[in-house]
Amino acid sequence: MWINNPNIVTDTVKTTVEATKKQDTSWIMHHVLDARELDFTPFGIIHLPQMHLFGIDISITKHVVFMWLAVVILVVTFIFVARSYKKSLIPRGITNLTEVLIVFVRDEIARPTIGKGNERFLPYLLTAFFFILTCNFLGLIPYGSTATSNIAVTATLATISFIVVQVGGMMKNGVFGYFKGLIPHGIPMWLLPIMIVVELLGLFTKPFALAIRLFANMTAGHIVILALLGLIFILHTYVVVPVSISFALFIFLLEILVALLQAYIFTMLSGLFIGMAVHQEH
Amino acid sequence: MEGMGFAYLAAGFGAALTVIGGAFGIGKLASSAMEASGRQPEAAGDIRTSMIIAAALIEGISLFALVICILLALK
Repeated sequence: MWINNPNIVTDTVKTTVEATKKQDTSWIMHHVLDARELDFTPFGIIHLPQMHLFGIDISITKHVVFMWLAVVILVVTFIFVARSYKKSLIPRGITNLTEVLIVFVRDEIARPTIGKGNERFLPYLLTAFFFILTCNFLGLIPYGSTATSNIAVTATLATISFIVVQVGGMMKNGVFGYFKGLIPHGIPMWLLPIMIVVELLGLFTKPFALAIRLFANMTAGHIVILALLGLIFILHTYVVVPVSISFALFIFLLEILVALLQAYIFTMLSGLFIGMAVHQEH
Repeated sequence: MEGMGFAYLAAGFGAALTVIGGAFGIGKLASSAMEASGRQPEAAGDIRTSMIIAAALIEGISLFALVICILLALK
């Protein structure tokens, strides 16, 4: 669809209607999944470069571009915020908002869950919180796409959390002491084999749950909105428009809440695991 | 019914059962949170925070099942 086409809007509508008449719902997945081009229909399509390195496909895709955009936004914001503290210790404007969020992460997430050594892990928790928050919000703007709705991105975030938890626990308790501390005290000897297996499995299932929770929450919200709006095209009538759009608007507001909540949950569970690994006597 | 039909049927049933379980759990959680807030209104803020955390965790579990249903429906 190029801008030279005078019937852009009707062509877009016709394609969608044809797709739903043929019972083809692949347009839902097309809007949710990763793609190799930035699709600003009907204004144009930007094709992204594709690169292969030793047979591994490292081409730039839509989610990669939006991750980089989140990184740029965060770097610019935080450099500005850090500089503005030199001028005056009283924050104004964007510095005020960022300080509220940073103090929230420190007082509600790091201090209750980790306790004594929380300053060492605070940079990681803050990075995770703000990165996930920005990626989630970028998916809600028009033409935006959620980088965290890609299982690869959330799996990477969960792996990094896993590494931080293990390294933090081992640096505090020693490598062997950390594994010994996984088994709780005062259990009878015949439970020991089962407890070893359960605790070792638990080490791996917790980051896995982190990844799946974030991925599924982000993807499910978008699919529900697209399905509700697609009702208009499937039923092929104007009567359903106010109902469909109001439901979709409600789900959209819910998605804003879910974006904030999932960033908070990911960071809080990471902090909880770090706390459990560092202070094993609890 | 060939194999594909069973997959779509299973996806639909799976999603419905998941929603029943998740909504039941979160409903029970919200009712006890309301009751506790009524007994001690000063603790309402803490109760609200814990309720939201527990609700997000329960929803995480129901979304595991949703992911499996989506995988089935997409096959």
